Amino acid sequence: MALLKETDYGTPAAASTDTITLEVDGMDVQVPKGTSIMRAAKEAGVSIPKLCATDMVKSFGSCRLCLVEIDGRKGTPSSCTTPAEDGMVVKTQTERLARIRRGVMELYISDHPLDCLTCPTNGDCELQDMAGAVGLRDVRYGYSGENHLDLSKDESTPYFTYDPSKCIVCSRCVRACDEVQGTLALTIEGRGFGSRVALGTDDFFSSECVSCGACVQACPTATLTENSLIEHGVPDRSVVTTCAYCGVGCEFKAELKGEQVVRMMPFKDGKANHGHSCVKGRFAWGYATHKDRKTKPMIRDNITDVWREVSWDEALDFAAIRLKAIQAEHGVKSIGGITSSRCTNEEVWVVQKMIRAAFGNNNVDTCARVCHSPTGYGLNQTYGTSAGTQNFDSVEEADVIMVIGSNPTDAHPVFASQMKRRLRAGAKLIVVDPRAIALVRSPHIEAAHHLQLQPGTNVAVVNALAHVVVAEGLVDEAFIRERCEADAFAKWKDFICDPVNSPEAVAEISGVTAEDIRAAARLYATAGNGAIYYGLGVTEHSQGSTMVMGMANLAMATGNIGRAGVGVNPMRGQNNVQGACDMGSFPHEFAGYRPVSDDAVRGSFEGSWGCTLDGKPGYRIPNMIDEACAGNFKAIYIQGEDIAQSDPNTAHVEEALEAMDCVIVQDLFLNETARFAHVFLPGTSFLEKDGTFINAERRLGRVRPVMKPATGKDEWQITCELAGRMGHSMAYGNAAEIMDEIAALTPTFANVSFKRLDEGGSLQWPCNDAHPEGTTVMHVGEFVRGKGNFVLTEYIPTEEKTNRKFPLILTTGRILSQYNVGAQTRRTDNNKWMEKDLLEIHPSDAEMRGVRDGDWVSVRSRKGETTLSALVSERMAPGVVYTTFHHPESGANVVTTEISDWATECPEYKVTAVEVAPANHLSDWQQNHAKAEELEKMLSPNKPEAAE
Amino acid sequence: MIKLFLPLDSAAVAVGADAVADEILSVTATCDTRVTLTRTGSRGMHWLEPMLEIEDDDGRRGFGKVTPEMVPSLFEAGFSDDHPSALGKVDDLEYFKAQTRVIFSRCGVTDPLSHDQYKKHGGFGGLNNALLLNPEDVCEQILSSGLRGRGGAAFPAGIKWNTVREAQAGQKYIVCNADEGDSGTFADRMIMEGDPFLLIEGMLIAGLGVGATKGFIYLRSEYPVAQRILSETLSVARSAGLLGSDAGGSGQAFDIELFMGAGAYICGEETSLLESLEGKRGQVRAKPPLPALEGLQGKPTLVHNVISLCSVPSILQKGGEWYKGLGEGRSTGTMPFQLAGNVKNGGLFEAPFGLSLDDLVHKYGGGARSGRPVRAVQVGGPLGVYLPASMLTMKLDYETFQKVGAGIGHGGIVVFDDSVDLAAQAKYAFDFCAIESCGKCTPCRIGAVRGSEVMQKVITGENVTENLALVNDLCEVMVDGSLCAMGGMTPVPVLSAMEHFPEDFTGDSSAAEGN
Repeated sequence: MALLKETDYGTPAAASTDTITLEVDGMDVQVPKGTSIMRAAKEAGVSIPKLCATDMVKSFGSCRLCLVEIDGRKGTPSSCTTPAEDGMVVKTQTERLARIRRGVMELYISDHPLDCLTCPTNGDCELQDMAGAVGLRDVRYGYSGENHLDLSKDESTPYFTYDPSKCIVCSRCVRACDEVQGTLALTIEGRGFGSRVALGTDDFFSSECVSCGACVQACPTATLTENSLIEHGVPDRSVVTTCAYCGVGCEFKAELKGEQVVRMMPFKDGKANHGHSCVKGRFAWGYATHKDRKTKPMIRDNITDVWREVSWDEALDFAAIRLKAIQAEHGVKSIGGITSSRCTNEEVWVVQKMIRAAFGNNNVDTCARVCHSPTGYGLNQTYGTSAGTQNFDSVEEADVIMVIGSNPTDAHPVFASQMKRRLRAGAKLIVVDPRAIALVRSPHIEAAHHLQLQPGTNVAVVNALAHVVVAEGLVDEAFIRERCEADAFAKWKDFICDPVNSPEAVAEISGVTAEDIRAAARLYATAGNGAIYYGLGVTEHSQGSTMVMGMANLAMATGNIGRAGVGVNPMRGQNNVQGACDMGSFPHEFAGYRPVSDDAVRGSFEGSWGCTLDGKPGYRIPNMIDEACAGNFKAIYIQGEDIAQSDPNTAHVEEALEAMDCVIVQDLFLNETARFAHVFLPGTSFLEKDGTFINAERRLGRVRPVMKPATGKDEWQITCELAGRMGHSMAYGNAAEIMDEIAALTPTFANVSFKRLDEGGSLQWPCNDAHPEGTTVMHVGEFVRGKGNFVLTEYIPTEEKTNRKFPLILTTGRILSQYNVGAQTRRTDNNKWMEKDLLEIHPSDAEMRGVRDGDWVSVRSRKGETTLSALVSERMAPGVVYTTFHHPESGANVVTTEISDWATECPEYKVTAVEVAPANHLSDWQQNHAKAEELEKMLSPNKPEAAE
Repeated sequence: MIKLFLPLDSAAVAVGADAVADEILSVTATCDTRVTLTRTGSRGMHWLEPMLEIEDDDGRRGFGKVTPEMVPSLFEAGFSDDHPSALGKVDDLEYFKAQTRVIFSRCGVTDPLSHDQYKKHGGFGGLNNALLLNPEDVCEQILSSGLRGRGGAAFPAGIKWNTVREAQAGQKYIVCNADEGDSGTFADRMIMEGDPFLLIEGMLIAGLGVGATKGFIYLRSEYPVAQRILSETLSVARSAGLLGSDAGGSGQAFDIELFMGAGAYICGEETSLLESLEGKRGQVRAKPPLPALEGLQGKPTLVHNVISLCSVPSILQKGGEWYKGLGEGRSTGTMPFQLAGNVKNGGLFEAPFGLSLDDLVHKYGGGARSGRPVRAVQVGGPLGVYLPASMLTMKLDYETFQKVGAGIGHGGIVVFDDSVDLAAQAKYAFDFCAIESCGKCTPCRIGAVRGSEVMQKVITGENVTENLALVNDLCEVMVDGSLCAMGGMTPVPVLSAMEHFPEDFTGDSSAAEGN
């Protein structure tokens, strides 16, 4: 594909459904009322010269190139700021306009370097284009006048350069930062000729800038330029693909020269991101070619041996022989595997198929076990489907937004920008979180209520919110009557009215005042459209499933389900965690959440795959770990997950891995788990994959390869070849054929195909004959399960309790620049923003323990101990400490417990009783880990040569 | 008992009024007769400041250019008309007698902070009438008066009032533009210092007329005396119930907040002013949307200059038809012209439109202060037209000035004698624009700087013909291309200077001196 240049209409689309007709340069054009003349002209195919206008931000009217003449009106109004009117007759090209435009360009160029030939954006510069378009031939002012040509560059930030000497002060960057990203880090400083783009500090890196790239994208000149473009030059082709970071699923144009990625540009037609991006998707893709990347298969007999690079055949033969031998000795159920939320649906599909068909058991699970499994369970119980109810755009119609246990500005930044836009436009905000996350108070946004609850008390608080709704008569009776099961509601109503669920009672447990709970409940129930967005702060608890159902109950009770602007929406952590679940990565369910025990369902798979399948559920990940420690589970195939870093109680996980006879790791890097592996199968980055991801809004987006697999093999091929060696042939010509099989066997995906996605863009499931165009909002008119089901949600506190020895609660989360276990982001310049995990602690807790900002502290739980640097922060409530888990040497999960959700065994990462004390050395685990890492380096086939 | 009056007006204070006041107080301390000294606004005869007045049965008599040293002799002379500084009855002074004081009728007469004196001298007549009318009828009075905005654009006020009144919104605002920045102007300052209740009455009537409950006065930072007077007046007005939940007994809430600017000429432009008032950088907004529909915080906002709002009470008091009877054609009512620059009798001169410029400059203004012939007059502030002496016969009204591509602006008139170099003035016009441009639009941001550079080349004789052609081209870009009147009107002084004084643009510096 050639370089894809998206049409820039100059101003955003108008929302009106009324249309008007006007004449532009003799052509009639019909546009929605409120459309600018500039956009109307573009619709008619007329490009009016412009520099300060771009359709990602509101019109501004500063460059004065887009002036037009309108019959019957005086003067030359700017077409970007003047709305088109019915019957208007517009001329965009006249002698007078040509003179003005040339005059304006002459002024611009009189203060611009004449270095086009050596400029990084030569050929990709709107200023250059406009000079040509208006026919500028001479700059009569000369170049000796006052100018900005000597201003020096800001190269402080790793991904782009700010060169003020090339700035034309169009304010597109400032407006993009305000309107698109919502960070408001940029402004124009000074006045008149001295006006320059400025930050709150001296440079980009130290400022509030979050490096989302919106300003760079908006810049029409070389003033803000990607460093990768400066290095490689202007790209010549584009491939549209989907980002492999969080569950927002932004679409990007990978812009290339040959196989060299020059930059990732957010795709304006991307239905999840509408042309916006964050620092990870936009810039942090260098890990794909990082020197740590392994591209050759490797094997070793024992985990203490040096790795040997071998051919694919040898590696797969080795793996198959071991797996078969283990099954022969320990039984069919002694092996299993884990599918990856980072891989494509097609790659996941073949892994679960291999396990069921070739391994002959249902020992398949996925990393959703440790994040959103309660979402699947809870929403299924109440509504009948295991996914979020809305599309992202739904938030634009929300009147009150309740964010529970989710930190969108860090973890889902692009959706957070959309949410913030809505909040700035007047929607009210309720934040339920132990921490004062950025949303609580940021420029032009302030939460109406921040319920700063004690970790582990979500269910009590959501019950209290529901109690207020019922007690104060705020229930949407008509909705309940029409849409919900009457008996279930009646029982629930009795339950929720119990005084134990009153705000006054819950205040004692949660630390949130009864008044705050009451006010928040009233706001949510009465402000109009109420939308709930939640994250792992809801699910990663021993009552995670209960909480999901509690929120589902609350939404039903207030009628906030089944239309745009409302809903219960999980913020999915990983790019394809929804897809990995949808693909049947569970020991008890086939694709589409259908039980393995269902004979008819199982029969359909058996018919298609030509084998008999086990009708009994297999092991979940925690079962696999326990059984491995017990000696019953001997081999595991792990696709793109690092359980040794990401799963709780690291010591226990390591013990299990060490006990196994064959650990197969399929990954980009020799990760923590690979220290225990016998077979390493090199995987592919998203830049090499051909397939689909499903984001948090159930949207199937295409992932297209921009380069050939560095390993020589597609990942699905590796799995299929291993399955073949295990005795079950899985032959596909390409990834599209896998999707065809998925569609044939999964009713919710019946009408999905690569062809369809390539022709019409992304789709939200269910997409079948009943919903041929996919499904934006679920449960419209009727719940998937028929009537909505109220489930009783009794609050049962976690067994993890604070006491004198462990008086603080540790909770965990992420930050913007890093992603999950950091395997990708740590191998990019994102590390410059966060080189290590920190322990956030409230000043009073810090002072009591003699801890100062930056000190080393030991964090000790009943399970283990690690040493981190302290960050004294008012964002924490007293009694609660916080850390991230992006760096393996931090060992955050050495401390966490295996206490887990009662329904799904999702671990309780968010609540660990700990004590914090000043420390002057690393913990034992960290010291051992460092030694193990050294050893691993020695065992690497490409070990660094000894220094001479 | 002796009743003395001395201005607290900045112009009087600048030439020693406070020192005179101190001296009066120290003399009266040892004086047997009871003496009261009231600080008032200025009468607007600035060449006579500090002007001390004494009130007796015959009215007010004045003493001009009073110094502290003169004070004892005034007391000794019993404030007799024989004193060398005596001016006689103030009302009989020719400069004063020739005026029609509608807006400034109380200025210099009363204590600006006295609610009672305001009332006693005819204040609140307009408000009292407005309270009896419905909003449509209030707006109708403004519409029928023909009042046009006094800030410079001369837009019909009644149309603006009706636009705001008819806009549907939960909140509307009145914003008073008191960012008086034109060089040579001081009418806003004088009325705010000298009769602040008039502005409050005007704003309150506007609030009732358009349905606004909140007003702001955006005051330039260089007016500390006005700031003090206004903030004290606002608290007096609140105590008197003029502002508050039942403003002036209207049953409607109205309050006024005083907001200090930060020293930018461009914030006198209404959309920049609104940005600044919202706490943002003072930067022009594109129109549409009109501030009348989407103004402060996106709400319908009536933005008016101080003098426009101060014209309102008399319109409501005496009726739109009465007001329309003043002035000429579509230039109705009175205008406080401000004579400044090289002029003998500098000051404020309120008169109905239609007065001749020559009368103002020569008859009342007394010609150039230097005694040399008047060569040029700039009307309407720094973005106003330069007129040669031959054109002083022009009448001062909007239509006459429009015909020569000029405006009356805020009524500032700056006089130059024959030593002026119009090429230097033309360059100064660009320099002023370069200093005061907000920097948003290209023609103004870069054009002003280039204009100044090119004009400098003309002055030094470098490629004069080509560079004058370039100035002409640049002026077209600025006129047609600029976002607001700042860039759009900078060519007015430049082009008028070039048109009427071509001999100054030959690049031969000796030629200009020969004049």
